[in-house]
Amino acid sequence: MDVFTDPENLDAFVSGFVWILKLTGASAVCALVIGVLLAAMRVSPVPVLRVFGAAWVNIFRNTPLTLVVFFCYFGLYATLGLSLSQELDVNIYWLGVIGLSTYTAAFVCEAVRSGINTVPTGQAEAARAIGLSFAQTLRIVVLPQAARSVIAPFGSILIALCKNATIVGTIGLVEASSVMKDLLNSYGNAVILIFLVFAGTFAALLIPTGYFFGWLANRLAVKR
Amino acid sequence: MATGEPLIVLDSVNKWFGPLHVLDDVSLSVGRGEVVVVIGPSGSGKSTLCRTINRLEPINSGTITFDGQALPAEGKALAKLRSEVGMVFQSFNLFAHKTILENVTLGPIKVRKEKPAAARERGLALLDRVGIANQADKYPAQLSGGQQQRAAIARALAMQPKAMLFDEPTSALDPEMVGEVLDVMTSLARDGMTMVVVTHEMGFARHAANRVIFMADGKLVEDAAPTEFFANPRSERAKDFLSKILTH
Repeated sequence: MDVFTDPENLDAFVSGFVWILKLTGASAVCALVIGVLLAAMRVSPVPVLRVFGAAWVNIFRNTPLTLVVFFCYFGLYATLGLSLSQELDVNIYWLGVIGLSTYTAAFVCEAVRSGINTVPTGQAEAARAIGLSFAQTLRIVVLPQAARSVIAPFGSILIALCKNATIVGTIGLVEASSVMKDLLNSYGNAVILIFLVFAGTFAALLIPTGYFFGWLANRLAVKR
Repeated sequence: MATGEPLIVLDSVNKWFGPLHVLDDVSLSVGRGEVVVVIGPSGSGKSTLCRTINRLEPINSGTITFDGQALPAEGKALAKLRSEVGMVFQSFNLFAHKTILENVTLGPIKVRKEKPAAARERGLALLDRVGIANQADKYPAQLSGGQQQRAAIARALAMQPKAMLFDEPTSALDPEMVGEVLDVMTSLARDGMTMVVVTHEMGFARHAANRVIFMADGKLVEDAAPTEFFANPRSERAKDFLSKILTH
């Protein structure tokens, strides 16, 4: 039977990409929240927070994601006993989300920080001059203006995150790239076809994502 | 005119930017209702002086007292002090993503916790006072420089400040727009607002100021009534400065 007409293979294909989408979705939300908090720490007037933010970025931006994800499995789960679900699949999924969001947050932080730097210092000075606190200044005045220049880099980070999600396959989640590897093993005569179908599916998911973020960035471009 | 205890007191204030001594033992007091104009060549430290009063620039030594209290170093107390001192910048610094009215009501709503409807009503009245009530729903980039600066003055006034600081408010404006901003400032001065104004507008210094401060190289060189200062500057530095700007 042909590789992509076998319903069993088709199910594996679909569930592989569903895992990828779930990993991407949950990690994107966590990474966004953590990344923005880290960026706030890095520009805060409190030295301890600045050091913490800088340390996070330097550690996780400069460590291969494979190592981070391995640590989540072998370190957090196998050694330290952190178990997030009774179900094996779901446990690995959440460990993967921890690894991906920890790692991606470092990149989100730097994108947000460079966005903050595009907002003229006068904006923050004016905000402080009317008595807004540091947090209010950031939340009400600086971040909304930074967001507009951060949208486009966010698109790239999200795309990278989605592709990076395949690394969770290395700790045993049967996501898209693991499914592909299995199919390659069983269907040696259809290697090129299998590659093309998987690559094509990723591209079909991600190319519109890139265009969407580009469109959003243009729409929100700041007027000065 | 100055009455009672002074509102702003600087005592032996020193500040360095690296090796540059930008404020060199500056002492100054500004009485309630007094209008003090600070002039001097560029790089003389006059903008820095203005910015130290609400601690946008921290100082290295000396003390600054506002309304009988030493300037708080940071946190809530500093934010509260800043809310009582209005500041107008050379480059307006209106919040680019907010409408003119939102710019004016932001402080009252977020800092003073006023009801939005009340803040809005007062904001519109202030915009009317500075003559741009019809621009309330536009964004800063849609306004002329003069209109933006008047909006910035309204934004500062919305906090009902005890004093107003003006850091070269007309230096970034086209010449035909300088007048409209100075008119607003003159009317504020006439209404008894305490003002510290860093400016190159000698006309404003002559007719609206109670005192003129002349600064050079980080030092406060002269402190005199405007008529006296312009007619008889005592220092060579001030004579030289005035001869350069008044002969054209």
